[in-house]
Amino acid sequence: MSIILRDVVLPLTDFTLEVSLELTANTTALYGPSGAGKTSLLEVIAGLRDARGTVELHGRDVSRLPPRLRRVGYVPQDDALFPHLSVRQNVFYGAQVREDAREHSAIDVLEIRPLLDRSVKKLSGGERKRVALARALLSEPEVLLLDEPLSGVDVALRDRVLEYLVRAREEFPVPAIYVTHQMEEVTAIAEEIVVLERGRVTERRLL
Amino acid sequence: MSSNEWAILGLTLRTAALATLLIVPPGLAIAWLLARRRWRGKSLVETLVALPLVMPPVATGLILLQLLGRRGPVGGWLHRTFDFDIVFTWRAVVIAMMVMSFPLFVRAARVAFEEVNPRLEQIARTLGAHEWRVFVTITLPLAARGVLSGLLLAFARAIGEFGATILVAGNIPGRTQTLSLAIYNFVQLGRDADAFRLLVVAVVIAFAAVWITEAFLRRRA
Repeated sequence: MSIILRDVVLPLTDFTLEVSLELTANTTALYGPSGAGKTSLLEVIAGLRDARGTVELHGRDVSRLPPRLRRVGYVPQDDALFPHLSVRQNVFYGAQVREDAREHSAIDVLEIRPLLDRSVKKLSGGERKRVALARALLSEPEVLLLDEPLSGVDVALRDRVLEYLVRAREEFPVPAIYVTHQMEEVTAIAEEIVVLERGRVTERRLL
Repeated sequence: MSSNEWAILGLTLRTAALATLLIVPPGLAIAWLLARRRWRGKSLVETLVALPLVMPPVATGLILLQLLGRRGPVGGWLHRTFDFDIVFTWRAVVIAMMVMSFPLFVRAARVAFEEVNPRLEQIARTLGAHEWRVFVTITLPLAARGVLSGLLLAFARAIGEFGATILVAGNIPGRTQTLSLAIYNFVQLGRDADAFRLLVVAVVIAFAAVWITEAFLRRRA
C-alpha cells in the first residue's frame, strides 16, 4: 500500500513544484505554509492538474488516467458539495456512479444519517466537512486526499470535527494525505509528516 | 380574432417552438465547448455563431436563399436527390428562425456554463463520473436558469423574425406568413385595424415571454 510520486514537476506562479516521494504511512501529514504547493500536489495526484513525472497508487501507474479512473477520494478545502443536490444525493454521488448505492458504515461513523434529507445549503461548516468526507469514502477510494479539513470550521467546533476525522481514519484505513498548516492536527492524526516549502520537500519524519 | 388570424398565430408559435427545440442540442454543445474547452478554431466558431446577431437579417436571409434555393448547393442537392424543397415553405421559416435565434441561445448558455464552479465538475470526476454524467448531473442543472432564460429569449426572437424569413420563405398567406410578416402585409394593404389586432397579439406574447422568464429567475434565485 503506497503512494509513489516520481519526479513530479509542475510550474506554479512563483516557483516550480518538484517532488519525489514514496509514502507508506497510513496517514501522512503534508505540512507547510500557505502557498507552498500542497493543494497543487493533491490535484496532481487526483489527476486534476497535468504535471510531468509519474504518480503510482499501490503499484498502479495512474499518471495517464483521467480523474474518474484513479479511485482517489479528494476532499478539497472548500468541500465543494453540490449545492443543487440534497445531502443524500451528495453522499451517494460516487457510489451511484459505481452502481453501488447500498448502505455504508461511513454514514454512521460520521453521524450524518440525520442530515441525509437536508439541503446542503442548511448545513453548518462542520457538517459540511463530514458530508464531504462521507461522499469521498462512499466512492470506495484507494487513496484519500484531505485538504485542510478543518478550515472554515468554527474554532469551537474544530476538536469535534477532528474527532470525527480520527474515528473515520480508524474505521476506514485507506492511505491518506492530510494537508494542514496546524501542528496540533498533525500530531492528532498522522503517523508521518512531510514538510513542503516553495514546492520542495524540506523535511520528513515519522511521528 | 378571425380564424385566419388564429391560423397566423398558430403557424408562428409552431414554427418558433420547433426552431427553438431544434437549436437546443447543437446550442448546448457549442456553448459548452466554448465555455469549457480550448480548441483550434474556437475563435472562428465564436465569430460565426455571433454573425447573425450583427449582420442585417435580410443579408442573412439572402445567404440562406442562395444556399437553400433550388439552384443553391444545399437546396439543389435536396431537390434532386429527395425532391425536397425548403425555400418558400414552412421549413424555410423554421430555418430562418433557427439561424437568427441560435446566437442568443448560445451566448446565454455559454455564460451560464461559465458561471458554474469548475471545481464541482472536477470533484464529480474524482467520484467516478464520466463527462456526460458530469454535464447532466452537475453542469446543466447548475446552469439551468441561464439556459432556460436563453431559451425563452431565442423563442421570442424566433417569433419576431422578419428580415431573413421574408427572403427565404416569402410571405405566403396560410403557408409561410408569420405574425411579423402578416403585420407588415396588413400595413402595406392599408388594413390598419387588422395590423393593430396582430400587434396586440405580438405585445401579449412578448410580455408573457419576459414575464415568465423573470418569474422563473426570481423563483430559482
